Amino acid sequence: MSTVEVVVPLSRPAGDSYLEVPRGFRSWLVTTDHKRIGVIFLFATSAALVLGGVFALLLRAELLTPGRTIVGPLAYNRFFTLHGVIMVWLFMIPSIPSAFGNFLLPIMLGAKDVAFPRLNRASVYVYAAGAVIVLSGLVLGGADTGWTFYPPYSGRTPTSVAPIALGVFVLGISTIMTAINFIVTTHTLRAEGMGWMRMPLFVWTIYATSIIQLLATPVLGMALLLVALDHAFRLGVFDPTVGGDPILYQHLFWFYSHPAVYIMILPAMGVVSEVVCTFARKNPFSYTAIVVATLGIAFVGFLTWGHHMFVAGMSELDVGIFGALSMFVAIFSAIKVFTWVGTLYRGSISLDAPLLYLYEFLFLFGVGGMSGVALASPSLDVHWHDTYFVVAHFHFVMVGGTITAWLAALHYWFPKMFGRHYPQRVAALGTLLVFMGFLGTFVPQFLLGNAGMPRRYYDYPPEYQALHVLSTMGSWALGGGLLLTAVYLVAALRGGRRAGTNPWGSRSFEWDTPSPPPQHNFTEQPVIARGPYDYAREEG
Amino acid sequence: MTETETHLQAHFADLAKQTHAARFGMWTFLGSEVLFFGSLFALYASYRAEYGDAFSRAVRHTDLLLGSANTAILITASFLVALAVGELRAGSDRRAAALLLAGAALGVAFMALKGIEYAHHFRDGIYPGVHYRYAALPEEGAKIFFTLYYLMTGLHALHVVGGIVLLLALAWMARRGRFTARWHTPAELGGLYWHLVDVVWIFLWPAFYLLH
Repeated sequence: MSTVEVVVPLSRPAGDSYLEVPRGFRSWLVTTDHKRIGVIFLFATSAALVLGGVFALLLRAELLTPGRTIVGPLAYNRFFTLHGVIMVWLFMIPSIPSAFGNFLLPIMLGAKDVAFPRLNRASVYVYAAGAVIVLSGLVLGGADTGWTFYPPYSGRTPTSVAPIALGVFVLGISTIMTAINFIVTTHTLRAEGMGWMRMPLFVWTIYATSIIQLLATPVLGMALLLVALDHAFRLGVFDPTVGGDPILYQHLFWFYSHPAVYIMILPAMGVVSEVVCTFARKNPFSYTAIVVATLGIAFVGFLTWGHHMFVAGMSELDVGIFGALSMFVAIFSAIKVFTWVGTLYRGSISLDAPLLYLYEFLFLFGVGGMSGVALASPSLDVHWHDTYFVVAHFHFVMVGGTITAWLAALHYWFPKMFGRHYPQRVAALGTLLVFMGFLGTFVPQFLLGNAGMPRRYYDYPPEYQALHVLSTMGSWALGGGLLLTAVYLVAALRGGRRAGTNPWGSRSFEWDTPSPPPQHNFTEQPVIARGPYDYAREEG
Repeated sequence: MTETETHLQAHFADLAKQTHAARFGMWTFLGSEVLFFGSLFALYASYRAEYGDAFSRAVRHTDLLLGSANTAILITASFLVALAVGELRAGSDRRAAALLLAGAALGVAFMALKGIEYAHHFRDGIYPGVHYRYAALPEEGAKIFFTLYYLMTGLHALHVVGGIVLLLALAWMARRGRFTARWHTPAELGGLYWHLVDVVWIFLWPAFYLLH
């Protein structure tokens, strides 16, 4: 591999970073700078995480004892619905792509901005509008359908299903805008010398994610629009009393919502691929394997939605095919896990907060993924369907995977985005609290589910109480860990030690430009003359 | 000021790349739109398999003449818009503006015919969902057929309205001399969108008027 440096001047006068130029609050409101938009999304999605987390803590508190603990059954139903809606659509779907993808994709490609900066700005406002509509539904009385909005109940419940479904539809438009921008940017704005197989792995995963978002989101949008119309005007497209078929809704919903878990996890995998190289000081064990597995997940992920409906009345042939395809996806995920472990092997490890989160990711994603292969087997699924086992499974693989990778990204790129360090020891304590809290919350749920506890139930027999208490205590540790993280990161925004251009000694492209980057990312148009992870090269 | 200085944004190397990106973005968006309509077509196919007879009889009930007239109108409108882009490429702004205006006028004609059709259905008591009141067609199936009919033609009509506004804006821009032979990207993209609206109707036409 060539040893020529990327042509980017490293010195610059102080005070011209994108954070300071142009000045003023108003300049943030009208900004088309992808970095500022990324930062706005980072704060907005973090606020959503807090709100969704509060609902999680409330519903776990309610489940501390059998029967009523703090609220009645209807309030409990609203809690878990809003927890799901907010966490899925306001936090997890946009968390990594819209925040870190926006900030990093152009820089990693050597571009000055995304292809359509004004569309990018519009995506912020559409997201805000969607969030306001969802939250207005919350104020108007919430919903009690679960985040899945299954008809016919969703058409008849007296709660505010229509605004919430409509709000999610609007959020989907924001997602599609972002996806169009990322796809076109990746195709048309790569710097000179940036071939497809030189793109950082994070870019590959964001690109694959964008394709899923582009093609799956409109189907969800339509399904939710129909639910909203049904609720408002009794259209009954999915209502058996007017000849509709509720199962068709489930097909449309999961045609999006299964790929949606890849929308959440693929960018997370991209973060892991970046972090592992920087903190092991090694090139990826196999770049090609990760690229192929990324595209494989994106493609095969479209063909597995039926595994959510094994007990909903599906032919045995369909069940078999969907089961086999679901297991097939796991092969790609396993390829990635082995590649990351292979990258760590004999690396020069620095045990900083991002890498600690990466270890946690590997554990949660590994266990969660393997429980997923078990669930893809139809005979086992019949036993576990709609129990806490499924809840624990998807919280491990999708929430655990996404949130640990999101935290890894936040801790890895925090100096890049804000030019500051955070206290490492406190951060290490935070990673530990989050991990213990996560295990404490969801390991008992695997056991509860296997023992027969159905998901979404308000009440349970006293035999289950010990595990429920453990799970609720775990949620406190998890909440505490996230709160601690929020506190020291917010404090570091102003008070943190200056980080310098490349605090981790990374050889990824984005660290070649100053941290925080200047308004137009680079002072000169960069020319890329090396691969994305240049660790085989000697120092100096 | 030269053309390049007026239209080239700072993050693109040259105008050709920028135009390519704009076209590519539009195609990507249209791909998303296809899936948006596609989910409704998937519902149509499923319900057609379930209620074959009722769907056949309901298709016979819709107005073949008006539906086909609308097909002719939209295809003509698409043709005019394609001609307009050709005129812009040749540098004749005024003729392009006239063609775009004519395209928009045909869009309005389409909406008028659609409105007449809806009015006929309402008079029969054919309303969507639980509000359906027409006894001459079998309730089972016909309800779903007409709910889908309103949803799919309604969503399409919303796209037509968007297209009319777009064509009017483009006609105004052409008339004001905003386009040149080298740079008329908005007109090209608007044309692409309008063709999609046309193509969707080409599938709606058999689904609701021909396949009985």
